[in-house]
Amino acid sequence: MATESILILTHVDENGVALTRASLEAVTAGITLAARLACPLAIGIVAQDAAAPASVLAQTGARLLAVSGEAFAQPRHVSDAAACEALCRAASATIVLAPASSRFARVAASVAHRLGGFIDTHIAAIGGAESIEATRWFYRQRVEAVIARDARPWFLLLDTGTHIPFTGEPGAVQVEQIDVPLPALRTTVIELRSPKLDAQTIRPDAGLLFVAGAGWTKKQPDGQTHVDQAAELILSFLRNSGASLGSSKSLVDQGGEGHSVLPFLTHLNQIGQTGATPRHPKGLSTCCHGEEPHVVGWRFIAERRAISLDPNCGWTRGKADVVYVADAFQVIAKVNELLAAERA
Amino acid sequence: MLRTRDEKEERKTMANALHIVVCAGIVPDPLQTLEPVTGPNGPGLKNEMVLPAVLDPWAACALYEAAALAAGNPGSKVWLVSLGPKAKLQQVMMTVAQKASFELVAVDGPIGGFPDALATAAVLAETIAALPGLDRERLLLFGGWESASRGAGVTLQLIGERLGISDQFQGVDQIEFRDDGSFEVLERVEGGKHQVSMCAGTPALLGWATGNLAEPRNNPQIGMTNMRGILPALQRAKPATLQANGLRYVSVNLPKMQRATRVVKDLTPEQIASELVAWIGAE
Repeated sequence: MATESILILTHVDENGVALTRASLEAVTAGITLAARLACPLAIGIVAQDAAAPASVLAQTGARLLAVSGEAFAQPRHVSDAAACEALCRAASATIVLAPASSRFARVAASVAHRLGGFIDTHIAAIGGAESIEATRWFYRQRVEAVIARDARPWFLLLDTGTHIPFTGEPGAVQVEQIDVPLPALRTTVIELRSPKLDAQTIRPDAGLLFVAGAGWTKKQPDGQTHVDQAAELILSFLRNSGASLGSSKSLVDQGGEGHSVLPFLTHLNQIGQTGATPRHPKGLSTCCHGEEPHVVGWRFIAERRAISLDPNCGWTRGKADVVYVADAFQVIAKVNELLAAERA
Repeated sequence: MLRTRDEKEERKTMANALHIVVCAGIVPDPLQTLEPVTGPNGPGLKNEMVLPAVLDPWAACALYEAAALAAGNPGSKVWLVSLGPKAKLQQVMMTVAQKASFELVAVDGPIGGFPDALATAAVLAETIAALPGLDRERLLLFGGWESASRGAGVTLQLIGERLGISDQFQGVDQIEFRDDGSFEVLERVEGGKHQVSMCAGTPALLGWATGNLAEPRNNPQIGMTNMRGILPALQRAKPATLQANGLRYVSVNLPKMQRATRVVKDLTPEQIASELVAWIGAE
C-alpha cells in the first residue's frame, strides 16, 4: 500500500471558541487511522481565531494548521471552500477526513474537485486490513456497502455519532497559519434562526427520539379528532423526558394540505425516506404504522419501542424491540404523569 | 428620459427573470423492496429496470420550488435535467409532467445509486453547459441536497464547481428574492435551525431539502403541454457512460439486523407507562 498522509479538517461551533463535537469525532477517527497506517497526521482548523480550539489538540501529536480571520467566522461556501483547499494543499494529504457537518458538507466536494481528488460521504466506519475501506449506506440506509479507492486524494466525510469525540488536556501548541486570498464575497450570513416554536423540539444529543405519526391527528374512539390534546401530550412528554421530536412525512404534510396539524411540527422534524436519519440510543414511535419509508430513518436508533393500535403494524415485523398494542393518548398521558412526578 | 410605469415594470421583470436548471434523478419507489446484486458492471439492484420509479424526492421539491419561483418572476424558464434510462424516464415523466411546467433535458444513462458521483456530475455539467439559450448570469442551479439512491450530497456541488458557481447553498428550505435581484436563503444546519444568508444574486446553486411547498396536484393541462416537449427530448437523449473513477465495492449487502419483536397486547396503559418510564430512565 502506498504511503498515506492524513489530514483531518475541523471547524469551531457557532460560538467560535471550541471545536464541534463532530470535528472531535473526526479527530478520533484520524488518530486511529494514522496509528494503524503508521503515517503522518495533520489537523486543519477553520475558525476566526484558532488559538483556543487548537489547544485541546495538544495531545494528538499532530501537525496543526489553521485558516483564521473574520471571513472564516461564518459558514459560507466561498470562504470555507477556499480555507479547506488551502489547508489540503498545505498538508499535501492523501486522505482527508472531515465531519459531515452542514458547514463541511457544503464545501467538501468542491474542495475535492479543486484538488483533483475523490470524495465519499456519510461514512459510518473506516476499516480494512491492507487498504482503507469505508462503510456507507445507499438508498436511504437500506443497503450497506463497503467501498475502497486507489486514487488520491480521497476525501471521507464522517457521519456524526460514529466515533467517540477526542478529549485531551489543553496545552501549548504551535499552529501554522495558512494565508487564504479570498475573492469578493457575494454571500453574507445574517443569523441562525430557530423554528418559530414554543420550544426547541429537535435535540440531536437527546438520549431518546420520540416520533409522532399521523395517528395523533386521526379520529379517536369518540369519533372526533383531538389535535390540541395530542399537541399538549407530546409537548409535555418532550419537556418531561428531554427527548428529540421526530415525525412521519404524512403528519408534516398534513399542514400543507389544510388538515389539522400539530403546530410545532415542521419538515425539519421529518424522519425517514425523505427526512433525517438521526442517531439516538433509544427511540419511541407513537401512532405511526412503521412501514419501510418511515423505518429507514430509524437505522441508527439502537433500542426501539412503538405504541400502536394495530397489532399487525410494520413495527411488529422485526423492526422494533417492543410494540405496545395500546392507545397512545392514554399511555403518553400516564407516562407524563409518572415523568412529572419523578421530576418533582 | 422618462419611462412609463409599464416600461419600468418590464425592466424590473426582465431583471428578475431567472433561468432555473433543476437536476433530478429517478429512484425506486420507496415502498419497493430492494435487494442488491452484483453484476459484470458492479453492484446494482435486483430487477432494477422493472422496479417502479419516482422522481428523486428532494429533487422533486426543488422542481416544485423552481416552478413556483418561475411563476412569480415572469420571463423565467425551468429546465429539468435528468440522467437515467430513457424508458424509465418516460415512465416517471408521465406523472411529473402534470406537476409543474418545465423543459426536459434527458441524458440516457444508467440508473441507480452505485455509479460514482464524479462521473454523473461530469455528464450533467457538460449537458447544462450546452443548453441552448441558457444565460449563465441568470442561472439558478437547483437539485436535491441528497438523492434517495446514492445519498452522497456531492453531485450538485460538483456540477456547480464545474460550472464555476461559487455561491452554493445546501439543505435549502426557502429562497426569497428582493427587487434588486439579491435573495435570502434558509439552509438547514444542526439542531433544527436554519442559517439565514443573503446572496447578491445569480448565479447560485441551491440544494433543496423539503422546502415549504406541498406537492402540486396533477394538472392534466400542464401535463399535455409538457409532454409535447418531453417525448422529443427523450428521443434526442444522448447516451452517457459513467466512469468508475477507481471506486471499488468490497461488499454490498442488506442490513441483517432483524429484531425479535415482543408484541405486548395485554397490559393496561398504566402498566405500559411504568415499563416505558423505567426503560427511558435506564442507562
